[in-house]
Amino acid sequence: MTVTEDADGFIELDRVEKVFDVRKKTGFLKRERRQVRAVDSISFRVARGEMVGYIGPNGAGKSTTIKMLTGILTPSGGRLRVAGIDPSRERTRLAHRIGVVFGQRTTLWWDLPLIDSYRLMHRMYRIPDARYRANLDRCVELLQLADLLDVPVRQLSLGQRMRGDIAAALLHDPEVLYLDEPTIGLDVISKARVREFLRDLNAERGTTVLLTTHDLQDIEQLCSRVMVIDHGRLMYDGPLAGLHEAGESERTLVVDLDRELPPIDAPAPARVVRVEGPRQWLAFPAAQSAAPLVARIAAEYPLVDLSVREPDIEAVIARMYEERAIT
Amino acid sequence: MGTGRLYAAVAVGGFRRYATYRAATAAGVFTNTVFGLILVYTYLALWDERPQLGGYDQAQAVTYVWLGQALLSTLAIGGGGFETELMERIRTGDVAIDLYRPADLQLWWLAGDLGRALFQLLGRGVLPFAFGALVFDVALPSDPATWGAFLVAVLLGMVVSFGIRYLVALSAFWLLDGTGVAQMAWLLSFFCSGMLLPLNVFPGVLGEIVRALPWSSMLQAPADVLLGQADPLGTFLFQGAWAVALLAAGRLVQSAATRRVVVQGG
Amino acid sequence: MGDIGHVGQTGRVADGLRAYRLIVAMWIKSTMAYRASFVMTTVGNFAATALDFVAILLMFSRVDALGGYTLPEIAFLYGLSGVAFGLADLAIGSMDRLGRRVRDGTLDTLLVRPVPVLAQVAADRFGLRRLGRVAQGALVLGYALATLDIDWTPQKVLLMPVMLLSGAAIFCAVFVAGAAFQFVAQDASEVQNAFTYGGTTLLQYPPTVFGKELVRGVTFVLPLAFVNWLPASYILGRPYPLDLPQWVAFTPPLVAVACCALAGLAWRAGLKTYRSTGS
Repeated sequence: MTVTEDADGFIELDRVEKVFDVRKKTGFLKRERRQVRAVDSISFRVARGEMVGYIGPNGAGKSTTIKMLTGILTPSGGRLRVAGIDPSRERTRLAHRIGVVFGQRTTLWWDLPLIDSYRLMHRMYRIPDARYRANLDRCVELLQLADLLDVPVRQLSLGQRMRGDIAAALLHDPEVLYLDEPTIGLDVISKARVREFLRDLNAERGTTVLLTTHDLQDIEQLCSRVMVIDHGRLMYDGPLAGLHEAGESERTLVVDLDRELPPIDAPAPARVVRVEGPRQWLAFPAAQSAAPLVARIAAEYPLVDLSVREPDIEAVIARMYEERAIT
Repeated sequence: MGTGRLYAAVAVGGFRRYATYRAATAAGVFTNTVFGLILVYTYLALWDERPQLGGYDQAQAVTYVWLGQALLSTLAIGGGGFETELMERIRTGDVAIDLYRPADLQLWWLAGDLGRALFQLLGRGVLPFAFGALVFDVALPSDPATWGAFLVAVLLGMVVSFGIRYLVALSAFWLLDGTGVAQMAWLLSFFCSGMLLPLNVFPGVLGEIVRALPWSSMLQAPADVLLGQADPLGTFLFQGAWAVALLAAGRLVQSAATRRVVVQGG
Repeated sequence: MGDIGHVGQTGRVADGLRAYRLIVAMWIKSTMAYRASFVMTTVGNFAATALDFVAILLMFSRVDALGGYTLPEIAFLYGLSGVAFGLADLAIGSMDRLGRRVRDGTLDTLLVRPVPVLAQVAADRFGLRRLGRVAQGALVLGYALATLDIDWTPQKVLLMPVMLLSGAAIFCAVFVAGAAFQFVAQDASEVQNAFTYGGTTLLQYPPTVFGKELVRGVTFVLPLAFVNWLPASYILGRPYPLDLPQWVAFTPPLVAVACCALAGLAWRAGLKTYRSTGS
């Protein structure tokens, strides 16, 4: 079978399933077998050059999906293609075309200097010398790795290691990059640097990016499209704004006034949800701009300080459930 | 009250910690049994050639092999005790936290290691020994008092083993990388404890020397008590003397090391 | 996609060997950066291995023969077993870490690279210090060859390198099969020791020492006897405890190939289990 790369479906999943046999201890020596559907009939397509967020609570099936897309795990059912390749059958062929970053585990050689890992990748992926040089130089510059190249990986901080891992995943010019929790545990500056780099990569090289995350800000700043998975099922697939609508998610404006006052009289749908001394919390729809609300409060109240808190994914998804239960 | 209970709790913790690794324990039992099987045949060949070698008959030599397999991990003769962890804590500086704990450093680790040793004795020792006793001709006493004396000798052996390894671990205060020292210590204890070959088989002066060293308290002494080759009281005295000497040396080195930590500012 | 045929298979083997070489070269380079530590650990490795031989020397301080074999004859068996096992240990001795890799999930990072996982696992943490074990075995073998009065023929001379390499391959198969078992039982890496370290210890002593059942087991079931017992019996001109024709002494290469093939199948099955269960 020759493969035509459908521009609409660079990554294609058609009713993909993954069922695990779980054995649970139920007593001394007694074990109970049961099947868990980690991924339950998921279908989606990602076009070349898209940047998609894949989110959901812990154990929702995100990592299992990524593992099937990279060929680590064999699906129990359904059809799955990446760049026209069946990942589980031709794992090593696919490996040349994909880059993978696991947030929690490094793909670098732990005891060796960073540069040694890159040299090994160079030979292992059979990257032409000129291309390797160019890619390495670019990554070193943009990810600010120059001072870290001779440091053994185990001595790098989490943020440094993550940048090192991202560079390692890109040396062979992959057409698609999978990122599993790329900003987990990173400080604010490292997060910003990683996000900026990924944005540029996608814009300049057209690399398709699929990222799983717990951090809604990753999605907001990077992805035009988001998919939500829970209990192995695809709950939502569309733009981020739509997710907020679907989940009726709310942001929170935290206001510090110069003294204790009765709850602020805010224009609906914004409302005060909590008062604690001079500090008040107002909830308002996530899809709405905070500016008019802030302007109004600043004009009418003795404002000292304020901050906006983003909704977290768990809350958004919990609301999606409530919504379904009602309708 | 309090302190006794504290160390008992630490010992229980040490026991529990090793008890959670069930598959690893089962694997260890299997490996000890296979090694016991191989060694039994070589010992039988040796005693076939020289009956009554070292004062043992064949059944006693076979018993000795299975005893060695049963006590190998209990006495951490080839490593596997607390020493690697303590050395790592010294290297990373975490030991400073231990020093601020309202408990004695040496007793703390002793209690934990005794808990570990007790688990290894029950979890890893009993099965290979039982296998050996069922499959081969062994020489076991019928007298419960001898068994009791044997258990006391094993307990003292555990303390002596701890005393040696505590000194080894503390060397990490002065040496950058203590793994070399630890490895040498394991080799030495393999050779001098009787794990390699019963010490009464060692020739001439070499035999006399190894039998006087503290390591002989570990495997040789309990074995001789069980096999009725040694007077229990004299053995206890020998083991006890070494235990006290090693623990005292440990205290001295520990206080020197602690001063060092304080001077360096932790 | 129909290209996963014979060409694909030999291609994979070549790919695997190439990747193995690359990774090993990197570890050697990094070892050489800390030369003093390399020397120390190699000496330690040598000393730890030598302990087994010290035990044999101690035995011979009290007896003149063991199982009817003299000290040089046992040294011959010991040296062959030590070198063969040492070579296997040097080549892929780190494979017993597989269970840990499965447990902490780092095996996944090997599965996304474009080279066979077996090559990556085998080359991981390649320890040049294990030359200490090979050197110790070679030294004892040298002593045996110098003291033994062997009636050398061209066949016997040829059998020496063939036996060592086949023996190393048989032990490699044991390492691979053991690692494959760890896909199923991740905490059971010690089981492997019974067959690797236990195996080499067994072969250090003459077959006449052991019970007939055990000798049958390591001849017909887990064919460790082909590492040294059978070919060495031929070279020393001694009867093998089991009644086998003489040409069996020349079969170690065939046995090695069969063992490696079986171990390869076990590895595949293990990896397949991992890829369908993810644990």
